Amino acid sequence: MSRFKKGDKKEMPGITSSSLSDIVFMLLFFFMVTTQMRETENKVKVTTPEASEVVKLERKDLNAYINIGSPTLAYQAQYGTDARIQLNDSFRTTDDIRDFIAAERDARSEADRQLMTVSIRADQDVRMGIVTDVKQELRRCSALKIMYSARKPAK
Amino acid sequence: MGSHFGLSRRLPPMPDPNQKVEDQKVNRRNIIVVKINSADRILAGTDAIDVSQLKDKIKEFISNPSNDPNLPEKEVKQIEGYSKGTYPVSKGVISLQNDRGTSYQAYIAVQNELVKAVNELRDEFAMREFGKKYSALDEDTQKIVRDCIPQNISEAEPKDVGRRR
Repeated sequence: MSRFKKGDKKEMPGITSSSLSDIVFMLLFFFMVTTQMRETENKVKVTTPEASEVVKLERKDLNAYINIGSPTLAYQAQYGTDARIQLNDSFRTTDDIRDFIAAERDARSEADRQLMTVSIRADQDVRMGIVTDVKQELRRCSALKIMYSARKPAK
Repeated sequence: MGSHFGLSRRLPPMPDPNQKVEDQKVNRRNIIVVKINSADRILAGTDAIDVSQLKDKIKEFISNPSNDPNLPEKEVKQIEGYSKGTYPVSKGVISLQNDRGTSYQAYIAVQNELVKAVNELRDEFAMREFGKKYSALDEDTQKIVRDCIPQNISEAEPKDVGRRR
């Protein structure tokens, strides 16, 4: 009597693979869009301090970065744990800042040189002594536009 | 990921060594010295205070609502583009001094409070005059607000303020 017969042999429909490529491409594009390349390898550990009044930097390409912090674990055996300055890819001292600024200036176009900002990315645990040295050196090179990197506090 | 947020500052140019040292005459009442020592304690003017009190102190210092003779004087200035023409601009300067042993975190916290004080004053001014917050105004109007309430923060020559003399 039952209208619904169970005994019928039904074949499991095969999964259509035609949309597979759509999904793969979507994932590919998603990662392509969201990935940011890190320009330089960090050799110092930097956790920027929190500040609520931060402003966003308009043009990233006008920035030169000076990292200050204690070396990461891999370099501690060689350089100790004292706060160091990292310019581009290597540990440097304040004396090298002059050359670094000159090189960064040369890399910019004539019009952008005035707008170049030096971003000081210092770890929250460093002492002001080293930061003051960097600031004094920047003043000597007349790179006066600076920015203290900070992050927005988590709400 | 790189962080692209921060506090923007302009350093004073290095003084020319050949130039005669001329102390810029700034009237005593027009300057407030904020010092941070190596133990991250803050001294604003003459009293030791906490970071949380700093903002209100700076706001009071700059705006000088009761025209106190100990707080900065105001100079009536012609403001370009401002409908009322002139505004008494405060001549107050905040001088920030730190020790070599001050932690960077404390330094940024103080800088942040100083900026916050100025931003709040600008917001209040913008609300009063234009009925909008500073950030909601267009570029030209923002400039008027900036001219009326300047952000004068001077980072003094480094000194060891923590050391006993």
